[in-house]
Amino acid sequence: MNSELRRALSRGIAGSEERGQSSSPRTKDTFWRTLDEQAEDPAFQEHLYNEFPSEIEAITDPVARRSFLKLMGASIALAGVTACTKQPAEKIVPYVKQPEELIPGKPLFYATAMTLGGVATGLLVESHEGRPTKIEGNPLHPGSRGATDVFAQAAVLGLYDPDRAQTLTNIGDIRPWAAFIGAMRAALTAQQALKGAGLRILTESVSSPTLAAQIRDVLARYPSAKWHQWDPASRDNARGGAKLAFGEYVEARYDFSQADVILSLDADFLSSGPGALAYARQFAARRNPQDAERMNRLYALESMPSSTGAKADHRLPLKPSQIEGAARAVVAGLRGSAGDDSGLGPAEQKWITALAKDLSAHRGRSLVIAGDQQPPAVHMLAHVINQDLGNEGRTVVYTQTVEAEPTSQVESLRALVADMNAGKVDVLLILGGNPVYTAPVDLAFSAALDKVQLRAHLSLYSDETSQRCQWQIPEAHFLESWSDARAFDGTVSIVQPLIAPLYDGKSIHEVMATLGDRPERSAYEIVRDHWKIGKDDSAWRRWLHDGVMPNTAFGAKAVRFQPNLQHTTPRPEPGIEVSFRNDPSVLDGRFANNGWLQELPKPITRLTWDNAVLVSPATAARLQSRERPATTGGEHGNIISDVVDLKYRGRIVRGTMFTVAGHPDDCATVHLGYGRTRGGHLANGAGFNASSIRTSDALGFGGGAEIALTGQKASLACVQYHHLMEGRGMVRAVTREEYVNDPKSIREGDETPPRIITLYPDMPYQGYKWGMAIDINSCIGCNACVVGCQAENNIPVIGKDQVMRGREMHWLRIDTYYRGAVDNPETFFQPVPCMQCENAPCEVVCPVGATSHSAEGLNDMVYNRCVGTRYCSDNCPYKVRRFNFLLYQDWDTPSLKLGRNPDVTVRSRGVMEKCTYCVQRINAAKIDSEKGNRAVKDGEIKTACEQACPADAIVFGNLNDPSSRVSKLKAEVRNYELLGELNTRPRTTYLGAVRNVNPELGE
Amino acid sequence: MAEPTSSQSQVIAPGHTFGTVTDQISAIVLTRKTSMGWYAGFSVALFFTLVLLVSLTNLVITGIGIWGNNIPVGWAFDITNFVWWIGIGHAGTLISAVLLLLKQSWRTSINRFAEAMTLFAVSCAGIFPLFHTGRPWLAYWLFPYPNTMNIWPQFRSPLIWDVFAVSTYATVSALFWFVGLIPDLATLRDRSQSKVGRFIYGLLAMGWRGSAHHWHQYETAYLLLAGLATPLVVSVHTVVSFDFAVSILPGWHTTIFPPYFVAGAIYSGFAMVMTLAIPIRAVYKLEDFITMRHLQNMAKVMLVTGLIVAYGYLTEAFIAWYSADKYEGFVPLNRLTGPYAVAYWSLILCNIIIPQLLWLKKVRLNVPLLFIISIIVNVGMWLERFVIIVTSLHRDFLPSSWGMYSPTFWDWSTFMGTIGLFLTLLFLFVRFLPMISIAEMRAMLPEAKVNE
Amino acid sequence: MSQIFHRSANTIARVSIFGAVFFVAGLLGLLAEVNRSPWMTDARTAREQPIQFSHERHVAGNGIDCRYCHTSVEDSSFAGIPPTKTCMNCHSEIFSNSPFLEPVRDSFRTGTSIQWTRVHDLPDFVYFNHSIHVNKGVGCTTCHGQVDRMPLMYQQNSLQMEWCLDCHRNPEKYVRPRSAVFSVDYQAPEDQEALGQKLVAEYQIQKLTSCSTCHR
Repeated sequence: MNSELRRALSRGIAGSEERGQSSSPRTKDTFWRTLDEQAEDPAFQEHLYNEFPSEIEAITDPVARRSFLKLMGASIALAGVTACTKQPAEKIVPYVKQPEELIPGKPLFYATAMTLGGVATGLLVESHEGRPTKIEGNPLHPGSRGATDVFAQAAVLGLYDPDRAQTLTNIGDIRPWAAFIGAMRAALTAQQALKGAGLRILTESVSSPTLAAQIRDVLARYPSAKWHQWDPASRDNARGGAKLAFGEYVEARYDFSQADVILSLDADFLSSGPGALAYARQFAARRNPQDAERMNRLYALESMPSSTGAKADHRLPLKPSQIEGAARAVVAGLRGSAGDDSGLGPAEQKWITALAKDLSAHRGRSLVIAGDQQPPAVHMLAHVINQDLGNEGRTVVYTQTVEAEPTSQVESLRALVADMNAGKVDVLLILGGNPVYTAPVDLAFSAALDKVQLRAHLSLYSDETSQRCQWQIPEAHFLESWSDARAFDGTVSIVQPLIAPLYDGKSIHEVMATLGDRPERSAYEIVRDHWKIGKDDSAWRRWLHDGVMPNTAFGAKAVRFQPNLQHTTPRPEPGIEVSFRNDPSVLDGRFANNGWLQELPKPITRLTWDNAVLVSPATAARLQSRERPATTGGEHGNIISDVVDLKYRGRIVRGTMFTVAGHPDDCATVHLGYGRTRGGHLANGAGFNASSIRTSDALGFGGGAEIALTGQKASLACVQYHHLMEGRGMVRAVTREEYVNDPKSIREGDETPPRIITLYPDMPYQGYKWGMAIDINSCIGCNACVVGCQAENNIPVIGKDQVMRGREMHWLRIDTYYRGAVDNPETFFQPVPCMQCENAPCEVVCPVGATSHSAEGLNDMVYNRCVGTRYCSDNCPYKVRRFNFLLYQDWDTPSLKLGRNPDVTVRSRGVMEKCTYCVQRINAAKIDSEKGNRAVKDGEIKTACEQACPADAIVFGNLNDPSSRVSKLKAEVRNYELLGELNTRPRTTYLGAVRNVNPELGE
Repeated sequence: MAEPTSSQSQVIAPGHTFGTVTDQISAIVLTRKTSMGWYAGFSVALFFTLVLLVSLTNLVITGIGIWGNNIPVGWAFDITNFVWWIGIGHAGTLISAVLLLLKQSWRTSINRFAEAMTLFAVSCAGIFPLFHTGRPWLAYWLFPYPNTMNIWPQFRSPLIWDVFAVSTYATVSALFWFVGLIPDLATLRDRSQSKVGRFIYGLLAMGWRGSAHHWHQYETAYLLLAGLATPLVVSVHTVVSFDFAVSILPGWHTTIFPPYFVAGAIYSGFAMVMTLAIPIRAVYKLEDFITMRHLQNMAKVMLVTGLIVAYGYLTEAFIAWYSADKYEGFVPLNRLTGPYAVAYWSLILCNIIIPQLLWLKKVRLNVPLLFIISIIVNVGMWLERFVIIVTSLHRDFLPSSWGMYSPTFWDWSTFMGTIGLFLTLLFLFVRFLPMISIAEMRAMLPEAKVNE
Repeated sequence: MSQIFHRSANTIARVSIFGAVFFVAGLLGLLAEVNRSPWMTDARTAREQPIQFSHERHVAGNGIDCRYCHTSVEDSSFAGIPPTKTCMNCHSEIFSNSPFLEPVRDSFRTGTSIQWTRVHDLPDFVYFNHSIHVNKGVGCTTCHGQVDRMPLMYQQNSLQMEWCLDCHRNPEKYVRPRSAVFSVDYQAPEDQEALGQKLVAEYQIQKLTSCSTCHR
């Protein structure tokens, strides 16, 4: 959005107070300030020292307090119209000058982008009167194609997190921005003479062209200064592998639409890493059994079971260190040379041989991908296999790196620490990241850090690193700042703010500017200048509107293939292997204070609020653990587990052990990002800090560890501890052969009764008849839908204790079921929202009719009518209803109120709630269509889960329209009803899974 | 009818006259000095009543979350206690109404406090449907009344049927009890020494003068009410059982429930009458009026209803197997072997195995033993409801959402609190009202018979 | 033994027993009435406002169309409260220094909003959408009453659910031609029923009474 508009908005004040999100004019006023305007604004000065952001005023302001009290008493006020409660008078606050784009009561959408590990995902952000409330994927963006991951979905909550760093401080005292600029000036004049020999900049992976230019500019100015990078989500191994294979850093970009046979070498490419969203969509598009010939086949060699492994047609669990041997065996198999001793048993050998055969049968139509935590050698071998199979240019292309300055980050960090210890570093700017917490323990980063004279840390939170720096600069959230970034294919997006910094945060560009000669420049100017935007900024507007810069994707790059096959990774010490992974929910800990992500059940383990020492059931048994593993069935909620000491290279960390079916024996997987000490209220104290034993020479995994039971027990909050189907056929799955021979085979065991065996006449559904189809074959269990639903529907976070009591509130859950042997089961994901039954058991038992059937077949849930008998939930066979046992919504924190969806009631204590098929979206679309005297178009309404899904596994639409996508899907033979034998006639149905198994290996 | 006169068969000890009967019973209320024991017992009961108040206050302020309920176990102690208390509330009306119609003269000495007990039990039961809701202050929405929302309750919901069944039952048993009291209240009015006593009892006696006309009206009214109350004995617990039978949940969705609940109710009801009668007759020296014959008969009723309940258990299990439905079939297995197996087995022990002792006359004549057995049965019947509700819920259709329920402090305090309330009311009753119908006891006397 | 009660006690007893029934019934009836009364609904009571703004003057007097100020009524759920700018369009010229308008000028100068008191305030769990109603031929005055005769704005109707349902169940009683939606002096014709039937068909007006129509 252009600056004029922003200026206009800046003086505007949001109009609608309809949803009681009332707040003082000042508040909204500051929201809409853009950074550049704030600089010149007089009010800016007074705000500068104001430790608490103006939202606090909202609560001290009587108007807001009234509405706040109203919210508090909502449970009673809900009785409003009938009961003896009068509504309190509300204020209504119009704009002074209303911006022309904005129609009060209607949301606006703006394109921006979010980066992880430097790689951008394009987003569309929904904004209500200036408050970003919901994030969707940007269909025009290659890294999104309309889909999002959990981190993007949860970013809104991150923005409003009351624990964020709110003031610029120097050794604890609040200082103005000018003071920091002054300090930098002084330090730099000292560095002038030394050519900046004492100046160091530590960033995370950088893909932003503007930032790279800024840094290079500074380096040019101070030739002896150094730029270091450390990103715990770092892809050093991939870079190393490229160097081994091609002698230079190149990015491998894959095209799954062309791949018939795919081999994953411990790579979770479907749910993590650059381009995962795009890859997942391409992958899922080739899994449709309707088009059986085009079905791809996925082989996975992996240690910790991942979404990718769960989707694999053939999965072989191996210790992390065995993957390399297996990869060499594959190479040998392809080249017909004798397999060197890969330390694999006969069964594995057979598996590998069959795989090699399958691969060589699909030259140019196959694809091999190595996982980021696997050593460079494995990545090199992946390149070798792809080359041998002639996949280059077909399923894989090599491009220049997305990162502006690819380097071995661990070496870069090592060098920095060395310099710091040698006292060579006078000024250190840590721009983003939390190295004190994330750096490999053997580097003793924090000790070295203390030796630096001037230390400044830019970050969203006052975290472990900020604590050790004199200067602590609150970082502007990406929804608050201007920037730019590259997608996995190089496409550039402009990152534009949706809201002015809530806490006067600074963007990384502005901090870099303090090293230049125009320190006060705003990020807005910096980015515009970098792209040489003059008076005519039509192109700029186009970029902002589309969210992408046209023709900026990297073309294929000619590479010189000269692999160093001699290079091998040393065998790890004997004993238990420990493999370190980024946590699927909180990553390296940067999202550890995000309640949505903390409470999000992790894929496969279904754990919340904790990390754990993950081992196979066999290993746990060998350790004489007496706790019952999930694979034998159990109840969700409070899971008592053994507390173990994990001894590794002379260091010990104490964590809770948890068993995972399909995990290889004699090795443990631990997730990073937990055991934070200064991460915020939610982050602190959750789980254990795995990086406290992680060393720089083995970032991915290492051997020689021991696990010792301490005899203590601890509780884990797990939302599903029973993964067996008990012969109840929740998930239907057959092999491709079976399906091709007899598609009906997938409906085996169907007991859905005929529709005529009822006394009651069928309810006629004129007009619309909403329904949903969920394709189990496509679902990769990435959880994006779950967080998307939470964001769209104001679903509260309830905390570990309540989850342990079995009261989680998610409207949509992803049940995970196993089939087959415990040591390597087939894994299926089944997203379960409300089934919106036509014969809904919940409806008949509600004494007050708080849940009733709508004319379009929804089970309407009327919160304000609900008295909370919980009878509906007792009678719901799918157990998808959620009850507010306590006052779960946070009514007190003003900043959190701003993020709520004004189109959805904020539920109070004592009422039942459940999935509504996003009825607010349905109504909005219906009203639009009615005004245009037309019918709602297919695909016009996307539920939050459907919209977030990268695999297009969820489809919503009108069943009365035979041409709608959902009707077509439901017409497929794969379509079946969950618990159909109960004759509940669910509107949500599932499409069975079809595994494309290799006949040679069988099931 | 000719009464055999062996010590266990008579319903009133020999040698009593109109005078002695009246004296002995009314004395408890009027003349006899309130014993320390009464004060002690009353204060204990009162303490637990306060516990109930605290628990309910906290419940309303903090929310259902203070209990252990969760998803899938949406109902637990709350509804268990409700059904248990309602069950106990059954004996009263049964004894008074049904036995009256069946001209079972032995009922007379126990009916009065059986009825009182019924009322108190029902009021304890009533607490739970109200307070188990998430927003009790809106519970009045369960009543059909014209409102500004143009909305009626959902008449298809068993909970609405409950509202009517229970409130009707409460009203009728209250009336029945009160009408029965009138002649005795008059007696007290006339015998009371204190002015206040005279006034209050007088007010309640509604100008009873004991004229033939009054007696005639009284008999008719009493008989009519008995007629009204009788179907209720069956209806109430039938409707309560619908809460479960109407649902689709395996372990709830069973046609055997209505008869089996009614039998269970009477079973627990008599157990409770026995539990109360035995100490009271000991304390207030009422062995003359509550004789071994009464205890024996009640024991026999317990034995019969206990066997019906046992039959219910068997049928449940049999049908579960016979239905060949995988979900139904799983329920008995889960009860026998699942996490709550202990509860199931102890309920079998309490409700089926131990009561078989009542076959033996020795046992039926052994008062302490009867007392113990009746308590055991009370416990058993509570466990039965717990098992039905919790074990069915905690493992239903989708294993992914199977969960465990464990009661919290507040679950227990609420339960104990209702017992406290029950006893408090009972203590007040025995202190201020004749716990045995003087008028009817008089009618039992030989003199009365001669006059016929 | 002396009588405790006077003979009259009998009568009193009888009367009070039967009286109780009517007493309780009456009490409930009263409660129902109170719930519908303006005391509960705030209907027909003018609100204090920071500025003595008169709809009568502006609508009847100057004949300004509703949409001049309530701009978003046709496309948004929210009809829109005019920004200060709208007032200043005229009042920078007319009464440009009337003391009554000082708050307006002040707001315009300082950029802080005028804080009006909400007149039509639905509970937070009710989602009403102006645009669809005016598009389907529900006139402004149908719900808001004769705004042109309100010197101080007040709420014409109870805004209670039964009131909403009355129209949602039989719209033909209230709808008018789209052309007349914004006219303040539109009078329903004699044959409203007939006209209503016709319009309901023509505008494809549905009788939406599902809960989720208004509650989500």
